[in-house]
Amino acid sequence: MPSVLQPRVGAKESRGSLLERWSFGAALGVLGGIAMLLLIAPTVIVLVTSFTNAYSLKFPPPGYSPRWYAALWNDSPEIVAAALLSLKIAAIATAVSTVLAVAAALALSRRREAWARLLDSIFMSPLMLPTLALGLALLMMFNLMNQGLSPTTLVIGHVAICAPYILRTTSASLMQLDPVLLESARSLGARPVFVFRTVTLPLVMPGIAAGAFIAFMASFDNVAISLFLSDARSEVLPIRMWHIIESSLDVRAAAASGVLIAATIVLGLVMERLAGISRHLR
Amino acid sequence: MKPIFQEWQLALPLGVFFAVFVFMPLAMLGYVSLHQGTDLKAMGLAQYAKFFLDGFNLGILGSTLWLAAKTTLLALLIGYPLAYLYTLAPPKLQRVMILLIVLPLLTSAVVRTFAWVVILGRQGIINTLLQSYGWIEAPLKLLYTPGGVTVALAQIEMPLMVLPLITALSNIDPNLRQASQVLGAGRWRTFFQVTLPLSMPGLLAGCLLVFAAAASAFVTQTLVGGGQQIFMPFYIYQQAIQANDYPFAATIAMALLVSVLVVVTVANVLGRRSKGFVHA
Repeated sequence: MPSVLQPRVGAKESRGSLLERWSFGAALGVLGGIAMLLLIAPTVIVLVTSFTNAYSLKFPPPGYSPRWYAALWNDSPEIVAAALLSLKIAAIATAVSTVLAVAAALALSRRREAWARLLDSIFMSPLMLPTLALGLALLMMFNLMNQGLSPTTLVIGHVAICAPYILRTTSASLMQLDPVLLESARSLGARPVFVFRTVTLPLVMPGIAAGAFIAFMASFDNVAISLFLSDARSEVLPIRMWHIIESSLDVRAAAASGVLIAATIVLGLVMERLAGISRHLR
Repeated sequence: MKPIFQEWQLALPLGVFFAVFVFMPLAMLGYVSLHQGTDLKAMGLAQYAKFFLDGFNLGILGSTLWLAAKTTLLALLIGYPLAYLYTLAPPKLQRVMILLIVLPLLTSAVVRTFAWVVILGRQGIINTLLQSYGWIEAPLKLLYTPGGVTVALAQIEMPLMVLPLITALSNIDPNLRQASQVLGAGRWRTFFQVTLPLSMPGLLAGCLLVFAAAASAFVTQTLVGGGQQIFMPFYIYQQAIQANDYPFAATIAMALLVSVLVVVTVANVLGRRSKGFVHA
């Protein structure tokens, strides 16, 4: 920027404009700082609380010990079982929705026709709609069809909320793909399936992986659908934790949260490295 | 050689899945809501009359939408400066900031809600701090209050606000800001007349995401809000699972669904208008 165009700083600057600049910077810094603190502090507080040696969720804790992690591991078979079920449901739902959503992304991402745009926004709609309504709707449909609830019905509900994430990230990656690459592969005689396997898939893999990871976490965390679609014998982890926090405020909930936070941070950092999830969330 | 299938046909599997497991159930939801009683025999508008003619029900709908609106405003107030700071930060700091914004989004909402139960509790950090400075005698009641739910929800949904804002703000040509300042506008005026209008698409997208998420945040509403305040999601759950009144639960779900859809549509229309305003 040529210096003649810069407003002149220093002695000539009036007191009013200095105050003006200062107040803007201060407002931005203070509010942004509060936002940053708010993003981090709750997680830190839960982590610290989970190492308490007391029976209550007092903060700061009177003393520290890993006792609640031991209690979680040794005498909470119901929490461990719920966690394993959640992992299983999330894994299956993610796998199924990855296949469905990647296929749909291949079909829709480059199309500008009205039907394709409409279909795309329909597929994205579970992200905007209250999914609780969808959970209830699915429950009523299964009831009317005399179809009892099972892990399968749970997976069906979860696929509906997982697919949009994978569709979004895969479509975005496909749109960034240079069509010349596909063209040259085709003109060199490669068949469509071969082009897909050797050119398209490797290039959009980070997008698919990022979407699958976000979908997995969304399914693992889902309450709105599971609330209606899990049968009496299968309770998923977030609902188990919801019951614990709602009824007894058991400190084991803090330990379970600590495990989840640690797992999220580790997986999140690994996936950021491999697939750049933050790029795909914007 | 003729391909075995056309490219567009790849959308069919997901299309069929959505038809059977999203649209059919939602149609069923509307169908069940149009029944007079739980036996699902006679059809009629009795459930809607029951919902909309009762001040108690309307109050729940109103407080749910009001909660979502307050949450959206609060998330915008602190999320916007954060997104703005992000665009001004050097690339190295940006990488750290984006992780700090994204990681909470990936962390379980139950865990993040639990954090607020710990923070706002009688022995939580706020009450401990205030008491240790002697500013209050007895612990304040923070948990199970409307203010508590709003603050907790705004924090929990804030990443949904910040991410689209970062995209919108990064797309603004910095020369425009500079031009505005060179022409004599101050920082505040430049912000309100240049930056803010140009970031409108991201701002609206963020507001819609936060609004929709806050209106249906079952876990946070029940755990931080407590049993005293009922919001629509818990009301649906209670009527369906605890009272076994499916037609009425379906009606409440339809009311929530339609309200959120109306707000989203209105905001989208306004968004298109505001874009026209920016280019004019």
